[in-house]
Amino acid sequence: MLLNGVRAVGQAQGRWYGAKERDCTMAVSLRESVQMVSDPRNLDASVEEVFRLMLGVECRRDAPPAAVEKESVTAVVGFGGVLSGACVFRSGASAALKIAARMTGAEFDAIDDTVKDGIGEICNMLAGAWKGKVPELAANCGLSVPAVITGRDYNLHVQAPEFQVHHAYRFDESHFEVTIVCDGLL
Amino acid sequence: MSEIRTLIVDDSSVMRKIVERSLRQAGLDPLVVHEAGSGTEGLELLRAQSVDLILSDINMPAMDGLEFLRQIRTQNLAPGVPVVMITTESSEEHVKQAIEAGAKGYIRKPFTAEQVKERVLPLVRAT
Repeated sequence: MLLNGVRAVGQAQGRWYGAKERDCTMAVSLRESVQMVSDPRNLDASVEEVFRLMLGVECRRDAPPAAVEKESVTAVVGFGGVLSGACVFRSGASAALKIAARMTGAEFDAIDDTVKDGIGEICNMLAGAWKGKVPELAANCGLSVPAVITGRDYNLHVQAPEFQVHHAYRFDESHFEVTIVCDGLL
Repeated sequence: MSEIRTLIVDDSSVMRKIVERSLRQAGLDPLVVHEAGSGTEGLELLRAQSVDLILSDINMPAMDGLEFLRQIRTQNLAPGVPVVMITTESSEEHVKQAIEAGAKGYIRKPFTAEQVKERVLPLVRAT
């Protein structure tokens, strides 16, 4: 339900950014370029860029940690227009605190509004960087404002996505996961 | 040297702090920063304060950054003050929309302090 609401905002933004005037030819070429859109290297490059420039850390793809923290933070940024779907960032609480500390220069010992804000911004930048890697998306796909969920023992479910790219990453000793879910190509 | 009075508009408090830090790292000194969490708050602040530089996000709820910029011009707030958009939107079309709305510069997130220095310092020196 949450993902649908984020998606609706993303689609509205897509319309504002001129998706109504999208070229049918361009939409067909985008459909034919699903492979390019779903290229996992685009996600890797986006993660590397955002974490290097904004946090000053090197990220690499890694297996998810064996032990999963009970408390986690998830941020969702929807996109809509030529492509509809969402970018989802998820990490355990400890990684979220470290990310926020890197962004702000402050120390955090609990998930507060500033930490949630920071994680939302990370997801926002990841979504923007990712869609910027594909020219057809950059101008014809808008982003929603981030939604951030915190808590324990929850899972996100997306029904029948057209495609999904999901990777786990690591910086220093912290882990996080990023998922690009696309549920429709228009 | 006189203070550089700067308005930073972004719905993210974290991003406002990052932008301020980048401005200081870019050498804007002495710097006085005013923050607004929305376009509406930004307009209210401009009615009460004079500034020398405005940096604004685009993707904000209620009033986005481009509408904020148009309102600045329509209401004749901060005449002649350069506005730089800082945003995740990177296409030529978005840059064009920002320039048409009156922006003097455009910085894509994620960004470095060096990029902020390149885009902002010349605007500040010109005013």
